[in-house]
Amino acid sequence: MVKWGRFLLFLVVVGLLATLVATTTKQVAGNITLGLDLQGGFEILYEVEPLEAGHKVDIELLKSTAHMIERRINIGGVAEPVTTTELPNRIRVQIASQSADQDKLRELIGKPAHLTFRDENGKIMLQGSDLAPNGAAVGYDDLKRPLVTLKFSDPKKLEEATRANLHKPMAIFLDETMQTNPTIQSVISGGSAQITGNYTQESAQELADLLNSGAMPAKLVEKQVTSVGASLGTLALEKTMYAGYIGAALIFIFMLVVYRMPGMIANITLAGFTYFCMVVLDWMHATLTLPGIAGFILAVGIAVDANIITYERIQEEIRSGKTVLSAFRAGERRSLITIIDAHVTTLIATGVLFFFGTSSVQGFAVVLAMTIIVSIITNVFGSRFLLWLVVRSNMFKKPFWFGVKESEIREL
Amino acid sequence: MSYDKDHTVIRFDIVKNRRKFFIASSVIIIIGLLFTLFQGLHLGVDFKAGTRLDMFIGKTFNPTDVEEVIKKEVPNVNFSKVTPYGENQAYTRFDQTISSDTLMKMEMALKAKYGQQVSKQVSSVDPSIAQEMVQKAAIAVAIAAVGIAIYIAIRFQWLFGIACVVGLAHDVFIPIALFSILGLEVDITFIAALLTILGYSINDKIVIFDRIRENLRTMKSKTIPELEHLVNVSLWQTMRRSVYTVATVFFTALALAVLGSESIQNFSLALLFGLVSGTYSSIFIAAQVWVNLKERNMKKKKEVM
Repeated sequence: MVKWGRFLLFLVVVGLLATLVATTTKQVAGNITLGLDLQGGFEILYEVEPLEAGHKVDIELLKSTAHMIERRINIGGVAEPVTTTELPNRIRVQIASQSADQDKLRELIGKPAHLTFRDENGKIMLQGSDLAPNGAAVGYDDLKRPLVTLKFSDPKKLEEATRANLHKPMAIFLDETMQTNPTIQSVISGGSAQITGNYTQESAQELADLLNSGAMPAKLVEKQVTSVGASLGTLALEKTMYAGYIGAALIFIFMLVVYRMPGMIANITLAGFTYFCMVVLDWMHATLTLPGIAGFILAVGIAVDANIITYERIQEEIRSGKTVLSAFRAGERRSLITIIDAHVTTLIATGVLFFFGTSSVQGFAVVLAMTIIVSIITNVFGSRFLLWLVVRSNMFKKPFWFGVKESEIREL
Repeated sequence: MSYDKDHTVIRFDIVKNRRKFFIASSVIIIIGLLFTLFQGLHLGVDFKAGTRLDMFIGKTFNPTDVEEVIKKEVPNVNFSKVTPYGENQAYTRFDQTISSDTLMKMEMALKAKYGQQVSKQVSSVDPSIAQEMVQKAAIAVAIAAVGIAIYIAIRFQWLFGIACVVGLAHDVFIPIALFSILGLEVDITFIAALLTILGYSINDKIVIFDRIRENLRTMKSKTIPELEHLVNVSLWQTMRRSVYTVATVFFTALALAVLGSESIQNFSLALLFGLVSGTYSSIFIAAQVWVNLKERNMKKKKEVM
């Protein structure tokens, strides 16, 4: 007897899934952050060296340096740089952006920007750390030429320094480069000073920002640079996606031809698998890179394998003379342990990759691990549930639907 | 429950012929070993310091013209021949790391020559980092293999564990040997590919070992011919699955290798080699090594009695 209720439930589940996928895929896909290899951008690995010889690089210094790098990248107007500190003494900076002026940003990050005020003997009287929070700003002189105004947190300190050096020059240094060397005309008591020079509106703003973000607490040495031009990144994405579609289409046809009705269910759950992987990627705020896509396509292979193992088992049971229902039950049960074993070993491999791999390999590992977990849900339990509904609806009792010929079935 | 065991069609006696497969694999591995020893591996910038420059020219171009442009910027640095690939792209490699300023100037010069669509992709590695990457990669492969072997030993039996490690060593070495023989570049994605191969090849071995273990419970295997029959049956029972699974993954990897981005072409190629080798070794090497070990065990027990 055909049980329409079960079949209807199956149609509802599939229909809901299809609606969900059809209506939100575009949005979900749009939310995924693409790695620098897919949209252009760059990654630099810095080695952090202390400013003064003999000092040690510790985690605090690493963190504050990384923080400073982020602030400086924000000056450059680039959204969401990713900085990671790697012990003992490295900082990795990743910026995925098509519009970023890479060379300018690199220069900006590397600048120490240590501001000092020195007397005529070169003795440091005041420094950048004496500035009030956000104490640097752009101002204009009488001729409307841009200059940088400075506000000190302790006006007394400035007053003392100017009193001690009255009518003498006091040089303003940015690192070891002298910016200007004004002669102090009067004792400054209000706590405000100026840096004049040949500034444009833009360069004055940049200097003010740099001073506000303060001195880089350590020296940065570029150790490894990867940079991808925007058009090369887009090209790589397009090609890889195209290859992915072809691969998916081949799997789709293969499953349908070899396994018929269960193959159809495998294809439905595979589509669901792809969709949920994208959703999870979005949730994780993970960055999708080329190796990540490769890992993903591979995971599709593993997910397909889970279905093949199960269906082969079911076919085998049908050939041995069992009814479709009992073959389905036996096949499901016997294949489960094998599939779990296979998934666990791959998870072990991804764990090792994550802990011992470098940046891009880690991305690959995270994506692979995530997809394996999603695969267990969609392609092991999800596909079993759907297949159970269909089998129990009693509509597909003929072995034909499972890709088994009547002549292959043995007598019990 | 024995009906479906006895009815399994054995098209070819794999176990009887195992010596031939051992010899075939040994020959490939020895040739590969000789190549690796005498020719070495073609290491990419990830493992050997230097700068790799990928250029998207976006027009038909003459590699020697591009070489001229580069030579003008860095007259004293050795670099490999500008090799075109894909549509309007090319790459070259410098023996030493090139500063961003210099690379910028090269890009400008190329833009002046070929237009604004020119774009570059740079990957620079400092010698100290390169060395560290090689070490990290080797450690990662070793730890992964050990971890997986321990898992098998716990889930199955230590004889399966040994057979597995032999099969894994085979599957890691075959892609390395082929990359050495073909002179393909080895970079960090190659390591990712190797680890994926490890995971895959283990999958394959587990499915087969699972079936052997299951059949051990229901079939007689007291004598050597019985054991050999059992393994043959198990292999042929899982043969369709082995072939189908590798076929589906092979298709996707092939699509990636042929149609995918050039930057993961070597990754896909390593995968292809590894997939085939993994499936082959699961059936013809790992399972057969287990037969050898098991038979030796059985003979020993007999002598004691």
